[in-house]
Amino acid sequence: MLTKRIIPCLDVQDGRTVKGTKFLNLRDAGDPLELAARYSEEGADELVFLDISASREGRKTFLSVVERVARAIQIPFTVGGGISTVEDILRVLDAGADKVSLNTAIVLRPDFLNEAAAAVGSQSVVAAIDAKRENGSWSVRIKGGAERTKLDAVAWAQETVRRGAGELLVTSMDSDGTKAGYDLELLRTIAGKVPVPLIASGGAGTPEHLALAITEGNADAVLAASIFHYHELSINDIKRFMRANNIPVRL
Amino acid sequence: MIGIINYGAGNIRSVSNALDRLGAAYFVSSNIDELRQAQKLILPGVGEARSAMESLDRGGLVEWLRTVDVPFLGICIGMQILFERSTERDTTCLGVIPGIVSKFDTSKGKVPHMGWNTVEVRRESLLFNGIRNNEFFYFVHSYSAPVGPATTGLTEYHHPFSAAVQHGNFYGVQFHTEKSGRAGLQILQNFIERC
Repeated sequence: MLTKRIIPCLDVQDGRTVKGTKFLNLRDAGDPLELAARYSEEGADELVFLDISASREGRKTFLSVVERVARAIQIPFTVGGGISTVEDILRVLDAGADKVSLNTAIVLRPDFLNEAAAAVGSQSVVAAIDAKRENGSWSVRIKGGAERTKLDAVAWAQETVRRGAGELLVTSMDSDGTKAGYDLELLRTIAGKVPVPLIASGGAGTPEHLALAITEGNADAVLAASIFHYHELSINDIKRFMRANNIPVRL
Repeated sequence: MIGIINYGAGNIRSVSNALDRLGAAYFVSSNIDELRQAQKLILPGVGEARSAMESLDRGGLVEWLRTVDVPFLGICIGMQILFERSTERDTTCLGVIPGIVSKFDTSKGKVPHMGWNTVEVRRESLLFNGIRNNEFFYFVHSYSAPVGPATTGLTEYHHPFSAAVQHGNFYGVQFHTEKSGRAGLQILQNFIERC
């Protein structure tokens, strides 16, 4: 049986893992390579690395992190952050990543998503959507949440799939870093309208939160960051909790 | 020496990283004369059958691949094109194994089949030496190969399909063995040491 995936996410800035709350107040969370190896050993099903470096130097460092991670672990991983051309995509896939996560660039120029899918196949293209509640629905934010758009998150999710996204990574900006649980309504709404796998993100604090994202939010995978980085919960604890709740996991 | 066939459609890096981990000697090439020297061949793959076949054809590799007599391992698309045909843009494949590769039915659930799923060992194969039955492997694919006499490993998603095949010296795995943790490495090691 196909299992639900647990995906630790590492935000990387200038070669170090960092984590903030609601996209702000970054604090250091360790060496990405060490964390990647640890998570892989602990049973992570995939990993996501997001480059949040602002400088060109930081981006170079990031690419070498990707290369080293690819040599160190034997599980799939996705890379995102600042990817805006097909050349950028090929560079990270050549470095050993399996998928790319596209966010701001596809909002600014949606055709880029079609080009990406044509170049490397939908299975390697994840559309990342940062959603924020506004007047009873969700709008899309870009540039790390800093900039509003007029896009409706649910409609945009459907469009990304039409344009070739093979998977969606949906982050609730309202929940991100709060550890108060995922935005289940957001997840459920999008999951019901797209035919591709959905990764839930933003708000994980307890094993129950992750399980609910699957059972109530209908997500295929759950992503979390801080609960793993600071040893608050182990991946194994979460998987055991899920299995006890009849969610199929790889154990 | 293992020859990794580079046809511009594979995740060569993932496979070569895995072989590095196993300490295996290999080279990467798209040149038929170089590849003829290999004692074993690996055809990695992501993407789609049509572009894979076209690019093998451009390299003049298709006829040769049909007749290679060294152990051959096709991964993902590399396994699918061992079959006769793929409904992916109605592509004629290598035809080493009878059967037609077809798309998952999107009305039955999400496509691609993406993530870790179990593989039931259906038939003795050197590739599965030391692998427990129903071990997890990582899959990403939208098309699946039928179950037949060549099937050595079976997985269910929407329907049962061939997760692993063997026909003589031709081995294939639908899952990304190079990305399937320790069990995945074991499969590669089996191919290197036992096949």
